[in-house]
Amino acid sequence: MYIYDKYDHQMLQDRIRQFRDQTQRFLNGKLTPEQFLPLRLQNGLYIQRLAPMLRVAIPYGMLSSRQLRKLASIARDYDKGYAHFSTRQNIQYNWPQLEQVPDLLAELAEVEMHAIQTSGNCIRNTTTDQFAGVAPDEIEDSRPWCEIIRQWSTFHPEFAYLPRKFKIAVCGTANDQAATQVHDIGLYIKKNDQGEIGFQVLVGGGLGRTPVIGSVINEFLPWQHLLSYLDAIMRVYNRFGRRDNKYKARIKILVKEIGADAFREKVETEYRHDKDGPATLTQEEVDRCKAYFKDPAYEDLPDTDNAVAEAANTDLLFHHWLERNVAQHIKSGYRIVTLCLKETGVAPGDVTDGQMEFIADLADRYSFGEIRVTHEQNVVLADVRVSDLYELYRACKQEALATPYLGMLNDIICCPGGDFCSLANAKSIPIAEAIQRRFDDYDTLKNIGDITLNISGCMNACGHHHVGNIGILGVDKKGEEFYQVTLGGAADRETAIGKVLGPSFAQEDMPEVIAKIIDVYLENREDGETFLATYNRLGIDPYKERVYATAD
Amino acid sequence: MPQLIKNGAVADNTWERVTMETAADSVLGADTGAQVIVPLAMWMAEKDSLTASDKSIGVWLDSEDDPYELGDEAANLPLIALDFPVFRDGRPFSTAAILRERLDFKGELRAVGDVHRDQLFYMQRCGFDSFELAEGEDVATALSAFTDFTTNYQSTVTEPTPLFRRRQA
Repeated sequence: MYIYDKYDHQMLQDRIRQFRDQTQRFLNGKLTPEQFLPLRLQNGLYIQRLAPMLRVAIPYGMLSSRQLRKLASIARDYDKGYAHFSTRQNIQYNWPQLEQVPDLLAELAEVEMHAIQTSGNCIRNTTTDQFAGVAPDEIEDSRPWCEIIRQWSTFHPEFAYLPRKFKIAVCGTANDQAATQVHDIGLYIKKNDQGEIGFQVLVGGGLGRTPVIGSVINEFLPWQHLLSYLDAIMRVYNRFGRRDNKYKARIKILVKEIGADAFREKVETEYRHDKDGPATLTQEEVDRCKAYFKDPAYEDLPDTDNAVAEAANTDLLFHHWLERNVAQHIKSGYRIVTLCLKETGVAPGDVTDGQMEFIADLADRYSFGEIRVTHEQNVVLADVRVSDLYELYRACKQEALATPYLGMLNDIICCPGGDFCSLANAKSIPIAEAIQRRFDDYDTLKNIGDITLNISGCMNACGHHHVGNIGILGVDKKGEEFYQVTLGGAADRETAIGKVLGPSFAQEDMPEVIAKIIDVYLENREDGETFLATYNRLGIDPYKERVYATAD
Repeated sequence: MPQLIKNGAVADNTWERVTMETAADSVLGADTGAQVIVPLAMWMAEKDSLTASDKSIGVWLDSEDDPYELGDEAANLPLIALDFPVFRDGRPFSTAAILRERLDFKGELRAVGDVHRDQLFYMQRCGFDSFELAEGEDVATALSAFTDFTTNYQSTVTEPTPLFRRRQA
């Protein structure tokens, strides 16, 4: 993991001192609420429905066990004993007191963590595939590049008051679990014929009110020029992005309005000035950052373990868990384990202080003390020995962390929704729970197979509903909560925006609506087809007919 | 005389800023002082008569204005002011960087309009060196803003060498 040097520490201390002063001035009435708003947002602090909400950055999803223990103690000391993993590899506290936030930030700084730019109209936390560095299908580890971008984007003086928020994702794996194409900037790591590293650059992707898949504006940007090129994109957006209408202020609208070619031209014009200037990355800096993400002390191990294979034969739930939650690792004898935080009855992504400490202990014991969080709101132990899998599984089971649902219908991505968020039009957590209760049988879930179901409580789409195979969006109809369903979305390399099925449904109808959609799939699928493949072959009509035929 | 911050210290504001509602003729008359900041549109339309006068003429840009309209002549101006219609409008940060980095502007670069203490540090890093604060802001106490941060990661106007190159040194 990246380790702060004196400069990183100094800037973090500077920031805390600055925010302590700003908070004090706000409490003394010297800063108006309007003036304080962007200052607190750039420190991750929202004023929410019930209390302030503080969003803490987990840069590109990486946590040490020490950091996770700190997050647990903060949940206990400043909150109600739990926290929420968001869909952007961040963690949120829903009950801190405004006056205490500077102290909370000082505690975070002890473990090299912060809430910088986790909100507001600035460059947000850079995200990546949670299997970075251990995925067998990887071109190159994205984390050093994410760290380089983290530093470049932190306190960037020119881009702190953008037209709107700005999200960057970097992906080095073939599969792409980072939803790269629906980010303001998406960067795919590529290798050219000479074996040199570069980036395919996409701009203007995004969800929200207007879901758009990003446009490629550069097929291969040599790595040396990454920051100059990002500066150029940001400057074009800062100058020309719309500021007259909040809903048209994201970069995707600018790219749409002027066209990707015209946008590229503007970027190139800026970039030509800066190319080969001081922002050009050096091999030394890249090597410095890469050194922090070197392989841990792997042992040479056989790739199979007899005792674990035997356990899988006798313990059916373990067998399921192995099938769903355990992925291949680049190194023989190791596996990537995902702990699914989707226990029915618990809000997706919520973790208690005790669970966090437990996960930290597991990480120390089984995975070199490191944890990753995913945009699907789960937790990954990336370096588990094959021979430890059964022991790890049994330990997880005690803490209700062994749910074998990964990538299944019950592994729902869900925003906090109307229960917590002041932007929401409708609740989302109870919908997730009702669907989880409707589909609680493992054999049924297994029969349905790979599927993504994403729920957002409003158009802002924090629950990524547009890119779920099944998407659910909470809408407000004359003060009542209704739910619109979309089908066919995807967030991987073949990213697609889902299509609206038809008129929205009442909350209590949702489990049956989902059941009917699933029935159409099960009745029509051909050999080995996933839900998405069947949908792509059939189109939306059969689903529409089934769902609305009996709804009349 | 109204005060502002210039080069990190409190100073008198000796310039007078006029809007398009003021006639160009009267800018050159006795109604205005010896140092006048005119809007970009007036400068573009009346450049010759303005430069011919014995007054010092600066130019101010709205947040929407394109600094490239000034062209090479930017480098000869004694002062350019950039207006923040509201502090959340971040365009002047880029305009400032363009004036300094691309148009070789070496004169006084002034932030005017809705300028507050908590934006000063970033403004300065983008090349502003004078600051006319919004009403209600105290010029003397705002000086502490310039030490909010000890350094920065990026290549900026005031420190073109990014931290990663300084780390290596």
